[in-house]
Amino acid sequence: MAGGTASLYARGRETQRGATRDPAWTRRLLIGLGLTFFALFLLAPLALVFTEALRKGWSAYFSALAEPDALSAVRLTLLAAAIAVPVNLVFGIAASWLIAKHRFRGRTLLTTLIDLPFSVSPVIAGLVYVLVFSAQGWLGPWLLDNGYKVIFAVPGIVLATVFVTFPFIARELIPLMESQGTEEEEAAVVLGASGWTTFLKVTLPNVKWGLLYGVILCNARAMGEFGAVSVVSGHIRGLTNTMPLHVEILYNEYQFSAAFAVASLLALLALVTLALKTFVEWRVASARSEGA
Amino acid sequence: MRKFLKTAALSALLAAASAQAFAASITLLNVSYDPTREFYQDYNAHFARLWKDKTGDDVTIRQSHGGSGKQARSVIEGLEADVVTLALAYDVDALRLHGRNLLAEGWIGELADNSAPYTSTIVFLVRKGNPKGINDWGDLVKPGVEVITPNPKTSGGARWNYLAAWGYALRQPGGDEAAAKKFVGDIFRNVKVLDTGARGSTTTFVERGIGDVLLAWENEAYLAINELGPENFEIVTPSVSILAEPSVAVVDGNVDRHGTRDVATAYLTELYSPEGQEIAAKHYYRPRNPEVLAKYADSFAKVELFTIDDTFGGWTRAQDEHFSDGGIFDQIYAIR
Repeated sequence: MAGGTASLYARGRETQRGATRDPAWTRRLLIGLGLTFFALFLLAPLALVFTEALRKGWSAYFSALAEPDALSAVRLTLLAAAIAVPVNLVFGIAASWLIAKHRFRGRTLLTTLIDLPFSVSPVIAGLVYVLVFSAQGWLGPWLLDNGYKVIFAVPGIVLATVFVTFPFIARELIPLMESQGTEEEEAAVVLGASGWTTFLKVTLPNVKWGLLYGVILCNARAMGEFGAVSVVSGHIRGLTNTMPLHVEILYNEYQFSAAFAVASLLALLALVTLALKTFVEWRVASARSEGA
Repeated sequence: MRKFLKTAALSALLAAASAQAFAASITLLNVSYDPTREFYQDYNAHFARLWKDKTGDDVTIRQSHGGSGKQARSVIEGLEADVVTLALAYDVDALRLHGRNLLAEGWIGELADNSAPYTSTIVFLVRKGNPKGINDWGDLVKPGVEVITPNPKTSGGARWNYLAAWGYALRQPGGDEAAAKKFVGDIFRNVKVLDTGARGSTTTFVERGIGDVLLAWENEAYLAINELGPENFEIVTPSVSILAEPSVAVVDGNVDRHGTRDVATAYLTELYSPEGQEIAAKHYYRPRNPEVLAKYADSFAKVELFTIDDTFGGWTRAQDEHFSDGGIFDQIYAIR
């Protein structure tokens, strides 16, 4: 994901260099290879999702989406994202502000910890929550006796989603804030602004596009997460199934059209994300050229 | 016995009715294994209607499905099942062994017929025309035959597959433990893909087109044929197979906390009623009720069935000997 950041802000700097002076056939071969790969592994599956979803016609498509279990899966997915994204937004801004604008002991350790969800397999992330909150786990017996449900219920799904989407916003903001340095903030403080005003009027406006970019990626992952959520879900229909889990269930029930119909919703979401991402990149690029 | 059950069901219903004078809305969670999805969908609708008529209460039954062993694990870890309807007694017994006050000793005697209201067996699903000529267990060890079965470590159905093959080998002339071990080992040498659950294996065989024969639950084989086209597959019933008894139980610890013991008990007892048995038969589970079985006799091939108790001395022994760490399955699979 750090790569995404780099590409976002390194744009428009490439000029005509060695690679483009290669012989024509080399260029064609490379472009051809790239396009073939793109068509085979990205375009074809995407097209397949929509053709399979519509194989039994539009009415079957919409009835698959309007089915109560599907609706509840959509609701749960939206709920999980609606909680996970704001939580990570607040945390991400706070953490990156702390890391980028301040120097303190344990700063590198904090940076490493933020990256943890990227390096841990989502299944392991789910199992960790099972170990802590299950009836056999550390807190489980107490939770059970007091009537709280965490895993195999909505809180567990939200927790798992928050965990896997933890780094997206912070990872997007830290390099950006670091590259901007602290001069503007220092100037604001010298002019008599309070810490809060400095943050709201100087720091936040400077990073708004990077922030939005992070939110988009975070949201896409929150809605699409499968592994971690699958472990803590318990797979109760109409209650603890998110959209990706519902797709798997439908597929296993031989309801291929319905499975692809729900999958197409997720694919649509991906396309919207892509469009938003491109828009944000374009805004950043134009803001840069105006500034330059 | 059946009369006793009916009385028990009725008294449970009455007790529940008097306890809840006002129409309430109740939710039950049934944690089940993979191939029962379609069956319980129908049965839940039937039971909800029945319960509404008898008590005026609305009952919603929620379902969770997955590999039998995995589902038992989830309930032990806190998935709040009111009832479990798993693939085999051992997985239900795991709740008693490992759960925190989940299930009382002697649960298997709570309901009739070893708490297994319907049975099934293991059959073969082959490609149309049976090109490899697979007619009995003996044909599975022939060179060049690719067998698909799930992993006995994780799948209940796979354990039945394994034990059915073992029982067949014991019944052959000169059949003893050593011969059976060699025979089952030979079958597993022909296994190309070992999925974690029954539904996964069916998808491997049917959708991905891998393998010559799928060892499957009888009901799963019928479902695959009905859903995916009789023009592509056919069922082969072996000369002898195992009587698979999928067990059901009320999860004591959970129903007592939820206050749902009566409705949960009625839910399972109703499985034994003629209507419940008929729904099971329609989904190709072999009903216990002789009249219903007679009515659906055409659905079920005549096959000699042996039980886990008479051939293996019960589930606990079979599990320890065959499927525990370092057990016979591990030995067989290691030298593959």
